[in-house]
Amino acid sequence: MTDVAARPVTTIYRKPRSETGLWSWITTVDHKRIGTMYGYAAFFFFLLGGIEALLLRVHLAQANSEFLTAGAYNSLFTMHGTTMIFLFVMPASAAFFNYLLPLQLGARDVAFPRLNALSWWVFFFGAIFLYSSFIFGTAFAPMTPDGVTGNIPINGGPGAFDFLASSPNGGWFGYQPHAGPFYSTGTAMDYWSMGLQILGLASLISSVNFIVTVFNMRAKGMRLLRMPVFAWMTTVVAFLMLFSLPIIAVALFMATFDRQFGSTFFQATNGGDPILWQHLFWLFGHPEVYILILPAMGIVSEVIPTFSRKPLFGYSAVVFAGAAIAFLGFGVWAHHMFASGISPVAQAAFGLATMTIAVPTGIKIFNWLGTIWLGKIKFTTPMLFSIGFVAMFVIGGLSGVTHAVVPSDWQQTDTYYIVAHFHYVLFGGAIFGLFSGLYYWYPKLRGRMMNERLGKLHFWLMLIGMNLTFAPMHWLGLQGMVRRTWKYPEEAGLQTWNQVETVGAFIIALSILVFMYNWWRSKTHGEPSGLDPWDARTIEWMTPNPTPEYNFAVPPVVESLDDFWRRKYAEDEEGRAVRRPEADQVIAELEEIGNNPPQPIHLPNPSYFPFLVGLGITIISYGIIYHTTAWGKALIVGGALLTMASFIGWGIEPLEDEPEDHTPEHLEPAEAL
Amino acid sequence: MAEAVHPEAHGHAEHESTGVDSRKLGMWLFLSSEFLFFGALITNYLLYSNRTGFNIYPREVYDIPFTSVSSFVLLMSSLTMVLAHNAVARDDQPQARTWLFATAALGSVFLAGQVFEFTEFIVHYDMKLTTNPVASAFYVLTGFHGLHVAIGVFMLLSLWGISRFKGRLSEEKGMNVEMVGLYWHFVDIIWIVIFTVVYLIDAARV
Amino acid sequence: MRSRLRSLRLAGLVFLALALSACQLIAPDVEDAPLNSLDPQGPFARQIDSLFWPVFWIAAGIFVFVQLAIIVAVFLFRDRPGRKEPKQIHGNAKLEVIWTVIPALILATIAVPTVRTVFDLTECAPDSMRIEVIAHQWWFEFRYSNIEGMPAGAEIETANTMVIPADEEVCAVLQSEDVVHNFWVPKLHGKRYLVPGQENLLRLQADEPGTYYAHCAEFCGLSHSLMRAQVEAVPREEFEAWIARQLQPAAIPDEGTPAWDGLQVFQSAGCVQCHTVDFEDNDQNIPDNIIPREAFNGPNLTHFADQYRTHFAGAVLPEHGEDFETALKRWLADPPSVKPGSYMPDLGLTEADIDNLIAWLRTLE
Repeated sequence: MTDVAARPVTTIYRKPRSETGLWSWITTVDHKRIGTMYGYAAFFFFLLGGIEALLLRVHLAQANSEFLTAGAYNSLFTMHGTTMIFLFVMPASAAFFNYLLPLQLGARDVAFPRLNALSWWVFFFGAIFLYSSFIFGTAFAPMTPDGVTGNIPINGGPGAFDFLASSPNGGWFGYQPHAGPFYSTGTAMDYWSMGLQILGLASLISSVNFIVTVFNMRAKGMRLLRMPVFAWMTTVVAFLMLFSLPIIAVALFMATFDRQFGSTFFQATNGGDPILWQHLFWLFGHPEVYILILPAMGIVSEVIPTFSRKPLFGYSAVVFAGAAIAFLGFGVWAHHMFASGISPVAQAAFGLATMTIAVPTGIKIFNWLGTIWLGKIKFTTPMLFSIGFVAMFVIGGLSGVTHAVVPSDWQQTDTYYIVAHFHYVLFGGAIFGLFSGLYYWYPKLRGRMMNERLGKLHFWLMLIGMNLTFAPMHWLGLQGMVRRTWKYPEEAGLQTWNQVETVGAFIIALSILVFMYNWWRSKTHGEPSGLDPWDARTIEWMTPNPTPEYNFAVPPVVESLDDFWRRKYAEDEEGRAVRRPEADQVIAELEEIGNNPPQPIHLPNPSYFPFLVGLGITIISYGIIYHTTAWGKALIVGGALLTMASFIGWGIEPLEDEPEDHTPEHLEPAEAL
Repeated sequence: MAEAVHPEAHGHAEHESTGVDSRKLGMWLFLSSEFLFFGALITNYLLYSNRTGFNIYPREVYDIPFTSVSSFVLLMSSLTMVLAHNAVARDDQPQARTWLFATAALGSVFLAGQVFEFTEFIVHYDMKLTTNPVASAFYVLTGFHGLHVAIGVFMLLSLWGISRFKGRLSEEKGMNVEMVGLYWHFVDIIWIVIFTVVYLIDAARV
Repeated sequence: MRSRLRSLRLAGLVFLALALSACQLIAPDVEDAPLNSLDPQGPFARQIDSLFWPVFWIAAGIFVFVQLAIIVAVFLFRDRPGRKEPKQIHGNAKLEVIWTVIPALILATIAVPTVRTVFDLTECAPDSMRIEVIAHQWWFEFRYSNIEGMPAGAEIETANTMVIPADEEVCAVLQSEDVVHNFWVPKLHGKRYLVPGQENLLRLQADEPGTYYAHCAEFCGLSHSLMRAQVEAVPREEFEAWIARQLQPAAIPDEGTPAWDGLQVFQSAGCVQCHTVDFEDNDQNIPDNIIPREAFNGPNLTHFADQYRTHFAGAVLPEHGEDFETALKRWLADPPSVKPGSYMPDLGLTEADIDNLIAWLRTLE
């Protein structure tokens, strides 16, 4: 840490100084600590979303079930979807981006460390804001067109847990006008639209940060096409967020204006256009799908080569396929709307565009297969999860092709067939990828290994659980089980497979408990990992574990793709890898230097302004929901003042202590470390 | 939002980079996202404006001469912004302060014009946010632009304040004149698009 | 590190799990699900079905190929003691071109019939009978006008059951009174949204007379899962007879009967605010109760007891095996407890009121 006590600094605010404890976490700008916080928060919401899913599954195990009220059921599936997408997979990916991107690029931090902290705090407060709807939200009966029955508390119907019905209940897609002011009265959907707005802001800020980091912060010799695939996927995802989030921001603002200020964008009774919402939502929503899956693809592209002991087959094809998926992802949104009555020309065009996405996706799958083929595969837990990813993702991809066949989608859309499809993509895909990454990079966080035996137990339970849960959904959907269905009749013959699914869901839950135990226990009991536990290929493994605060004691100079591997292995005349005699020496030196930097290192100061800005923005959002009341207005003004004051403080506060001589080469005293 | 990239501790280690200053690159990326934000809002307006059957359309109530003047004021503020930037580059601090203040003042005049325009529409023509979707689209679009101008004025005044407080604006650290300038020009350009597409072309259809 | 046996066992487990999931996909279900989309009963649904299966088998083929490739690789290339370090292969341009081009060709093959079918199935035949389908939270209304045998300007309104002639194309004109709904008769065609302020068309045709089940498929609020309907396909002559019956107004029951008392309940308990009943001319001064289309309305009850209207309350009641009258009692006693959020309130009817109402409703054939 920088020693700031020695020097007077011109600022009107007192600077944060804590290095441990709560304050150090609130004020940190270290990308690794921010990544860690993202990770824990995401996992917390994963548990919440999982509990919501379990309640839904318990409910659905019985035909005509009245375990949950209709209101609670609607709220739970809305919050399950919203949570898993915006509060779990996105921040979990952000956790990996944050922790790994600078390490993989050979940088000391991201381009804008404080902005990075801002993304995190905006996300954090946005998530709390969204979930506070369970406490503060209200959901009333719909208004009749003459507006008479607003404000009557809904009778959520027979069943239990009706108190959960006060959270957002219009679906994660918030279709208008159902989610509008007349049919979702009360504040529940206001929490949803404002909450997503805040979360979107957080992602927008990080996307700028990550792109600049990739463009400007790479270590010497780390050309763009030498970057690890994960870094590439981070870049692609950041661009996806940069260009898709403004669209959802506009849509959410329109919805908020309809709900809060009486505009009529989507209210058909006043000439509004409900289908416009769908266009705007999916114009964001489809790129969002790739925002969720590409990070996992990046992780898998790191893990598979490492444990196959071969380079990634067709590196540049995998990179360009990722970029192509992202690019095409902006041109296919209307395949979510094949039943909405768009013209046949549009349906055909969007159907064809959707099919083309299968090509780059196929390239990735085959290249991963090409990587393990002829390899020397080590079945560690991360490798199992990555292979599981490929196997499961293929299923989701193939059922996706059947949706691209437009008429077939007319039958499948809005049924459990779709639910099966995207759970194979997002659970079998994104979540398997994320767990693969957790096991793989755990040593970077703790300096210890996770228990392999428990890890494999986790994998097998999860693989079996997820197939039991999601595979029957294909069948149920084709048998006519519509989505978001509170009750299905007994004679529909859907109950048996629903019960199987519920059992599967609990097996998944069990596997998560195994994982949590493993994570917690490995922190103290895991085998020490050393610097290179996996015989890895990429340069993030050239720093000691756990990663020192300054990342690289000496900035690396990169000469090739998989530069760490190159330092350890040569190739014989057949092209086989041969360990260099000096490899162990290289590792020992890296460990030695990594822990004892030859020169003092200058790090950015912690700051509490990102925290305060995030808080301010959230206070404004509460104020907007209650803007008709005096205290609501007070919240808006108070929040705006806090935000502005924090920005001014931010502007004045130097990122690093200014050395007296104003030269960037000025070095801190050695105790700065 | 601008901030400095912390310099490498080791002078000999160069980055691979685009050669564009990170702050500037970040601002460009942010503005590209903003461009889509306004693009969606403008499209939204045009979509509703093309629908028939509403009782009142913004194009029927535009006061083009008035808005032309306020647009000219905003355009001039881009000029003063350039002058401010030049002054900083020359390290002429008093001049820089003057031009920054002038830019903020011109922006405020534009905002005042917008407040006047909205009041006029609401009071004289009874065209409110709630009247119909095309009116909603108009107010939300121009309102968000106005909010951007207001944030710009806030940033300009902050720069001006920092300059007074610290006595000096530097290109190296913190909120940087060039960054605010980029933002300001962007807000200007967006206004020119709005004025052309939403006001002039739409009004020509009446 | 690991024994050969154990990895064999693990691989066996993978295969088992995968085979299991594949079986689940194609295993036939013993019961006939009323909304089974794999059981087409009309030309349009059949055309979709005949497009789905080839695509499914192609997908299944690729599935088997990829999973086998994974399993083979897992067996052949796992790390054994003494295994040499692998060759560092960075890629193979020829292979990569192959696995780019082949999927592209397969997709192009699928694309052609896809596009053709989209155009085939979208436009209604110009001379087909048009029936309006109007979605409400949470029931479907069907309106007939300008149909052969109907006088000009006459209109038939019915709810929950759509009666169509068998073996004839019908063009459903889809609209919504409130939020976005989705009309789905899986055995006759795919889905189409009902959007407020917009008209969508859906072609329907059933080969044989019979009952085909429908469901709202787009999330539309609290009772979305209880928004169902039936399409009743009947022979042409029965359809014409049905039309003729529907054009008749409701008879007035004899005074002093339970049905007469039920009619009094209908008129005094608030039912008249939403429910249209078109009465025959009568001496008892009972006026027609016509709720205009623009106003908030519930189902037209003029022919509530029609032989095809076997279900009510969004075709949710009576439940399977439940007696019609028991179900009706349950419904009239407290509608929101059956359908959460129902706009039909608990009117506080006494048991006697309910019995009388039912007696009257049963007369509305």
